Amino acid sequence: MKKILILIIIIYPTISFSVDNNKINKITKNLRCLICQGQSIYDSQSEFANSLKKVVEDKINENMTEKQIYKFLTDKYGEWILYEPEFNKNTYFLWLFPLAIFIFGGILIFKKKT
Amino acid sequence: MILSQIGYYSLVFVLAISILILFYCFKQLKFLNKNYYLNLINLNFLQSLLVVISFSSLIFSFLNSQFINRTVYENSHTTKPFFYKFSGTWGNHEGSLLLWILVLIIFSLLFLFTSQKKEKKYLTLTLLFQQIIILGFLIFTLVTSNPFDIIFPIPNEGLGLNPILQDPALAVHPPILYIGYVGCSIIFSSSLAALMSQSVNGNWASHIKKWAIVSWIFLTVGIMLGSIWAYYELGWGGFWFWDPVENVSLMPWLTLTALIHSLAVIEKKSQLKGWVIILSISTFVLSVAGTFLVRSGILNSIHTFANDPQRGIFILIFLFLLIFLSLVIFFKFYKQDLNLNKLTFTNDLSILINNWFMMYFLSVVLIGTIYPIFLEVINNTKISVGPPFFNKLISIFLIPFLLFMGFGASLGWLKSNFKKIYLQNVVLFFVSIITSSYLFLFIGDKGLFLSLIMGGSIYLFLATIRDLIKKNKQNLSQRISHFGFSLLVLSILFNSIFSEEHNFNLNVGDKFKLEKETIFFQNISMTNDKNFKKVEGIFLIQSNNYKDIILKPQLRIYNQPVIITSEADILSTLYSDNFIVMNKIDDSNMFNIRYQKKPLMIWIWISTIIIVLGGTLTFFKDRK
Amino acid sequence: MSSKIKFISIFCFFIFCFFIFFLSLKDSKKYTPKALINKKIINFEMKQLESNEIITENDIFEINKITLLNIWSSWCLPCRDEHKYLTELKMNNKLNMVGINYKDKKKNAQNFLNEFGNPYKLILVDEDGKNSINFGAYGVPETFIYNSEKKLIKKIIGPIDLKSFNEIKNILK
Repeated sequence: MKKILILIIIIYPTISFSVDNNKINKITKNLRCLICQGQSIYDSQSEFANSLKKVVEDKINENMTEKQIYKFLTDKYGEWILYEPEFNKNTYFLWLFPLAIFIFGGILIFKKKT
Repeated sequence: MILSQIGYYSLVFVLAISILILFYCFKQLKFLNKNYYLNLINLNFLQSLLVVISFSSLIFSFLNSQFINRTVYENSHTTKPFFYKFSGTWGNHEGSLLLWILVLIIFSLLFLFTSQKKEKKYLTLTLLFQQIIILGFLIFTLVTSNPFDIIFPIPNEGLGLNPILQDPALAVHPPILYIGYVGCSIIFSSSLAALMSQSVNGNWASHIKKWAIVSWIFLTVGIMLGSIWAYYELGWGGFWFWDPVENVSLMPWLTLTALIHSLAVIEKKSQLKGWVIILSISTFVLSVAGTFLVRSGILNSIHTFANDPQRGIFILIFLFLLIFLSLVIFFKFYKQDLNLNKLTFTNDLSILINNWFMMYFLSVVLIGTIYPIFLEVINNTKISVGPPFFNKLISIFLIPFLLFMGFGASLGWLKSNFKKIYLQNVVLFFVSIITSSYLFLFIGDKGLFLSLIMGGSIYLFLATIRDLIKKNKQNLSQRISHFGFSLLVLSILFNSIFSEEHNFNLNVGDKFKLEKETIFFQNISMTNDKNFKKVEGIFLIQSNNYKDIILKPQLRIYNQPVIITSEADILSTLYSDNFIVMNKIDDSNMFNIRYQKKPLMIWIWISTIIIVLGGTLTFFKDRK
Repeated sequence: MSSKIKFISIFCFFIFCFFIFFLSLKDSKKYTPKALINKKIINFEMKQLESNEIITENDIFEINKITLLNIWSSWCLPCRDEHKYLTELKMNNKLNMVGINYKDKKKNAQNFLNEFGNPYKLILVDEDGKNSINFGAYGVPETFIYNSEKKLIKKIIGPIDLKSFNEIKNILK
């Protein structure tokens, strides 16, 4: 039990489920098309999305890192544009609540066993 | 005109009968020695009849394009194919609510018929709660969303149905999902009733388990149909987007799955009572909460119905009345504390672990869906919680979950044959580690994490196969469902890891070379269909590894309302799907082509069907 | 913990949830990021519609005047709706109006202006929409209002309507 938790905590920050090697695709999949309904920039064919794809491509060519590009965009459009919320004071609860539930449930089950 | 009036007035009568039934329920509860059972059955029968009349009149209004009816006017069109006129009845807010009520009432009647032998108090109480729910939905419909509103002067033509909703899978998806939700309402009412009449026991558990499994089957199929629709209709090639609307249907599914597992414990040992009641309540509360989130327009999503704050407030109040009602009843009648002490360390543990993980997954989906709403109100900050969040939090816990699940099923035999089982598991474990490492050596480095998760799912797969081929027939349905689940996880994994995706622009007559394949944009044709114009591209895909494939994706220009949609063309085989979709690029002759190869795609649907099959089998077993 | 305390705390929790949802329903769903307000205008280089001359952010401002930047296009229907307001605002001598022509063809843009009139002092061209993204725009039409210190004081997403028109007039008072 403890081992599992430790393992989880160790790999937790390093996981990336996406196996897309293409950087543009990876970034645009994490961006919300703000004028569409529930589509990512990658999936959308709207004017806004198409322009944004070009901008992201430019920024990658300017050697900006993924983080810098996100920073550039959130400065203009707010955090709403990112599908993966950043880990900051607004989102501690969001990220940690499920983990708390998991630990709580584990304690409930295994404490009472022994 | 006449149809709308018939529909409207029968609905008003349904409401009156609902109040009458409530009255008789109270009377029955007060005078337990008297018997009002026949009255209740008759009234319920009459109520069903009237609601069927009401719903049929709406269907006929749609079929005959009676544009005097506002709902028909706003959602239908004369040129629409017959089938979609029919399905258009519930393809909108008003009609779908009427369908909810229809299913609610018919299910109540079914419940009455199938459980006549139960204790009178329990039965009456269940009926009472069920009618409270029905009454709530009736008032909501009549006050805020009357499907029989009339407009003058009568329009000549309707506004049409959104073309992306004109689809066979989506036509049957809502009714099936609603049956699932409504089945949950029976579980809700009956668990509260059982709590109040002190009859939460093994008997009750096996009685309600049937309802739980029926609802679960419908929910699963409903979710699958929605997912299939999203796969070929939305044209993005994915099948699950963690869209809020999908999430709200997943939440009751998770609690329901947990409930079905826990009910087994009560059945055998009369334990976990409080927990089962909580799960029963939350399953339905989550269904209604889902309705609230989708209907109120509070979420930004692909297919939220037109928003109207008044409606939102109404469902919100109704939702919280349900919550408070069940809270009060729970705390008043449930005296014992939640207690896990008496459970034995064998089969029960695997059930507890199942519940533990289900609750974790629920917490991820729930918080991810509603957190943005909370944050916006409290802090005035708008954030998105999308696929990366859910994938991260769920995939990591999938590893221990898969291992536990694979191990858990064999826990039951642990005592009898400890050494043999232990050895078996160790062998399976190593086989799966070796297979997954080999796979990754073979395919190339895609990260430690993915190989771990792959190892876990291969382990579960082998373990469920081992359980499946066991000779004894005990728990066969569970074993089939678990096997289906392991197959599902495995195909999703393969699919997401090994999918190929290419995005490029082509002129008609041009070729595009990929690593192993060549895509030749041969031709384009234009035809007129009944309610849309069709532009069809013809693509030839050549490869050394297999025979030539021709795919014909379309662009459809619908006339009412004018919307352009692109229809993907998909060739499914047992090994993989070839998926192609095209889009016109403005101000140019080029088309944007998205070509995808998705390995084992069809197995995602097949394994879901296997899971459902396992569920249905429980009923055939009972008959014998 | 006694069951009464449990009950009350759970009850309060749900009351809290109720109010959150309730407030959220009352909120308008239109989203305007506050991130940009009070920020200085970005650096840009854009061509002028008529002359192809390169214009930078310093060239569009005039001393002691409010500057209104309007993104428009000839193919955009809502742009026609807001045009009457822009034409009326043109009369105001405290306002300096600059248009950004978004993903358009020069000929179509000129036809549009000939038909409906040209309210702008200066028109810049954003051929591929990238400049508009730099401004933090969502699409057409969209309006940015800067004060004389080149700081953004107001942003209007979508066409200018009577309400936002009056708000602009208030700013100009």
